[in-house]
Amino acid sequence: MKIVSALVSPRGAVFLLLAVLLIAITVLNPSFAEPGQLMRFIQRVAPVAIVAIGQYFVIVGGEFDLSMGSVVTAQVVIAGNLVGQDESRTIPVLFLMLAFGVLVGLVNGLIVSFLRVPSFIATLGMMLALLGGVLYWTGGAATGNPDDSFRQIGRGGIQDVPVLDLIPWSVLILIVVLAAAIWFSKRPFGRTIIALGDNPTAAGFAGVRTWWVKTSTFILSSLSATLAGILLVGYAGVHPSVGRGYEFTAITAVVLGGVVLGGGRGWVVAAAAGAFALEALFTLLNFAGVPSTLRDAIQGVIIIAAVAYSAVSFRARRRGRTDVAGPPVDADDGPVDGAPETSPAREKESPPQSGATRPAIHSLEAEG
Amino acid sequence: MSEASVRPLRRRRRIDSTALVYLALLGVIIVSAILVATVGRSFFSAGNIRDILTGMSVLGFVAIGQTLVILCGSLDLSVPYVVSLSSLIAADTMKGSAANIAPAVLAALAVAAVIGLVNGLIVTKLHVNGFIATLGMGLIIKGYLDTNYKGTSGDVPWEFQLIGATGVGPIPVSTILMIVVALLAALFLSRTRTGNHMFAVGGNEQVARLSGIRTAQPIIVAHVLCSVTAAFAGLLLASRLGVGSPTVGIQGGYDLLSIAAVVLGGTILAGGRGSVWGTIGGVAIFAVLDNVMSVLQVNPFMKDVVRGVVIVAAVAVYTARQVERRRARFGADGGADTDPDVDPSPSDRVSESVKGGSV
Repeated sequence: MKIVSALVSPRGAVFLLLAVLLIAITVLNPSFAEPGQLMRFIQRVAPVAIVAIGQYFVIVGGEFDLSMGSVVTAQVVIAGNLVGQDESRTIPVLFLMLAFGVLVGLVNGLIVSFLRVPSFIATLGMMLALLGGVLYWTGGAATGNPDDSFRQIGRGGIQDVPVLDLIPWSVLILIVVLAAAIWFSKRPFGRTIIALGDNPTAAGFAGVRTWWVKTSTFILSSLSATLAGILLVGYAGVHPSVGRGYEFTAITAVVLGGVVLGGGRGWVVAAAAGAFALEALFTLLNFAGVPSTLRDAIQGVIIIAAVAYSAVSFRARRRGRTDVAGPPVDADDGPVDGAPETSPAREKESPPQSGATRPAIHSLEAEG
Repeated sequence: MSEASVRPLRRRRRIDSTALVYLALLGVIIVSAILVATVGRSFFSAGNIRDILTGMSVLGFVAIGQTLVILCGSLDLSVPYVVSLSSLIAADTMKGSAANIAPAVLAALAVAAVIGLVNGLIVTKLHVNGFIATLGMGLIIKGYLDTNYKGTSGDVPWEFQLIGATGVGPIPVSTILMIVVALLAALFLSRTRTGNHMFAVGGNEQVARLSGIRTAQPIIVAHVLCSVTAAFAGLLLASRLGVGSPTVGIQGGYDLLSIAAVVLGGTILAGGRGSVWGTIGGVAIFAVLDNVMSVLQVNPFMKDVVRGVVIVAAVAVYTARQVERRRARFGADGGADTDPDVDPSPSDRVSESVKGGSV
């Protein structure tokens, strides 16, 4: 019962959606369930999921990062131009790319923290400047093709594994990133990010160095974009359009995962699951023979529906809660418009204020 | 921010944000005129001014609507697709005949209004964040466009093309129309109940509701008007191109550029404060920049770099001293909501800047 209520809760809904999509794909195409195929699927999702994990930290901290797509593009082009056919350059260029990622995030974060430019605008400016700079550098054409050893990161994997056949490096990298993100968000620093996103004033009074916390979320996001860029070089090749639209894909995935824009609420695993759900949706539409031009439209409907579902059920739950807990604690949803409309049974299911999110998360963790 | 950088600015503290935008515009014009003069051209020639004003009109239309939506604390990312769609509807309905102009214009505006209505209803009734609602709506329209149109379509009669091509002296008709729409929008904001409620809802939706305002209505109206002005932009583009195009909106990047122009015009991204005239100033800054970079033959990719830097730098300058000094919303002269002589507490500033990010 608890699991069912967790799955239909806004936070768990993305896992339900993902499961439904995966089952639907398997029904249409039974070979999808084979381990090898599944591995390929995860490999394809890996860059999107990694970008979504990075974007999660920014969004849960109350900001936006629109520059991610440009960072992906920039890193892909840097790899193409600097590594070339020289295998010995792979490692130094990798470090250079990571340093560049940190630099972009640092600049974003400092502009947002100290110049008080809204992150939407700051990262929009970074997006334009970075993309323009990269295209200026390359003359707008695709150039360079990094050495095969570099491309192996995104393309290759551990060969001849029993059952799975091939474990792609990108799947391993995704697992490591996800584990690190879970660990990080359970650390005091990770919790501070959520506190900052929920109420920056309170976080500031509690002694949080807001500028540093905020800046570090931007560094995390552009580092994750760098990682996605490294993976994308492997199987998408070098092209100035590789990263196009990644920022919106990442935001979409994060929001599908039930993370609230504006910060303070969300779970990193759900954000990654949002990326999986999004990619599963594309795969499903592909197998179902839906014309590729209609995919965008269906994606649009699904996003709106998913967010509307979570927003409406959130409000319903909160109404129930304010009824139990007396006067509303947070000013977000005052019971102005009439009496609470939830049944007693619903109230029992929705736990009081502070623990509202935790049980759902834990039961999901126990499950998977 | 060091004390030294604050001091010299303090004298001008009471300057209204829109005035600051036009000061910035003046500065940009002076620098541009000097730069253009160094390559032996005249910035103030009739031809050049016409170019700048022409460049303003399309983005101007979109940005006027975007201002209303942002004032309400929402966003509209679907505008480029509305622009494309309305240009196609208009061109297809006209079929090269002047008799069809009126129905074509009405059809384009009506479809856009319906899109805006749906956006507004999704935002207010389903409680979906405006960012996501309009992103999704944009994708839906994009899917429709990609499915039904392979390329340019329709035929715009000569009479309608004149709107995009003629001018009064150096002032193009399209720019005059845009200014008229801006005037109407400004009057709407200052004179009508719904217009005033937009500020209230954008400033603080809870307080607005507790004050007895129906919070949904202004947001819905703003979304409808935003889509309608985007349709104006689409009609204008159809008139200039002579055909409807499914990609004209997204090529122009009107979603993010219009938001940037609005913010450049001094409107706060979190909503509640701003003005249409500031937005027109922001659009003009973009147009002057574009023009001067074209005259100086700057690499087109470098233009994006300059745009990005200018957006961030300009907004940084505004927020450094302007965020909490906007004109009072309901007073005749400023100073009702913050005392201009008292420095705001640091926590105010932090929350203000964060609100700006979390649309």
